[in-house]
Amino acid sequence: MIHALANPVRFLKIARPLTPILLFGGLGLLLFGAWAGLTRTPPDYLQGETVRILYLHVPAAWLGMGGWTSIAIASFAFLVWRHPLANLAARASAVPGAAFAAICLATGSIWGRPTWGTWWQWDGRLTSMLLLFFVYLAYIALARADAQRGGDGRIPALFGLAGTVLLPIIRYSVIWWNTLHQGQSLTLTKSTIDNAILWPLAFTLSGFSLLFGAIVLMRMRALLAAGKVEARMRRMAAA
Amino acid sequence: MKAKHQRLMLAGLGLVAVLGASGLALSALQDEAAFFYAPADVAAKAPPTDRAVRLGGMVEAGSIRPQPDGVSIAFVVGDGKARVPVTFSGIAPDLFKEGSGVVAEGRFRADGSFAADNLLAKHDERYMPPELAGKMAAAETLEQ
Repeated sequence: MIHALANPVRFLKIARPLTPILLFGGLGLLLFGAWAGLTRTPPDYLQGETVRILYLHVPAAWLGMGGWTSIAIASFAFLVWRHPLANLAARASAVPGAAFAAICLATGSIWGRPTWGTWWQWDGRLTSMLLLFFVYLAYIALARADAQRGGDGRIPALFGLAGTVLLPIIRYSVIWWNTLHQGQSLTLTKSTIDNAILWPLAFTLSGFSLLFGAIVLMRMRALLAAGKVEARMRRMAAA
Repeated sequence: MKAKHQRLMLAGLGLVAVLGASGLALSALQDEAAFFYAPADVAAKAPPTDRAVRLGGMVEAGSIRPQPDGVSIAFVVGDGKARVPVTFSGIAPDLFKEGSGVVAEGRFRADGSFAADNLLAKHDERYMPPELAGKMAAAETLEQ
């Protein structure tokens, strides 16, 4: 299964038609979710209208962590099976993951000012998420330097695996430590967000996730194309 | 084939070690990484009085009293196990009210009370429309 997908030609055959499906499907879900979240839901009993930022904040947090999860899985696959596509998948997930982590931090800060009365506090959840953002930046710099110097991608892959240390810390920070950030509202089976407020989140969450997939596929295709260009230039220079 | 299995083992062990490290960090930092002292922590072990700390808990119902100077308030922060009296002068956030969470920044006095110089409202994980919150409040009143 892994080897069938790992062939670049076969990958492109699937990725080419899949990219627009993910992109436009994601945008559609996202726009509907945003419209519903802005006009079709009641305000919260305490926070009032500021609660609506959750339709952006929660997907951004989920994909900020999801982006690193895919880096970790792809790095693992690359280290074990040594397939270059896994390396590309890890590199392609880094920039969108970092962007979503940044959106999560920014929207959280904007929400925190009216709700908590502060833009920023060094509590466990906020600090660990900020660390994840910095780790993304470090990974992006490392992967780029490795590729430019003709490295085999093993060092960024090891870094991708090591960075996974942050994911459980972010997840459990609000459970294990006293934090200003509230405890988790959503688990797989239940939610402490009332359904009247919750339902558009399903649309923005799936919309952003499809969009993330589309961006990763586009970046992987761009990286593959760049590799091809470089190989051709090298052949031409040698001839 | 053998090398591949070896790498699988090594990478798997590496991942387990990394996750184990994060578990250790979480439990080892339990006290250090706490954002605030809860009243129960204060009761168990006297907090430092010589530096700024934070106190977090629920504002006890009926405990907010305006002070004679007109700008200060006094209230009690509790967590079901212990209670700490707090004084504060300044502007409290909108969400600061009785029965909801608060994180106060300031210092403990020698007598165990807390002098806050900043208040942060702590929101909980429940989100609901106002009608529903009204119904829940009504149900709670009926039960009493």
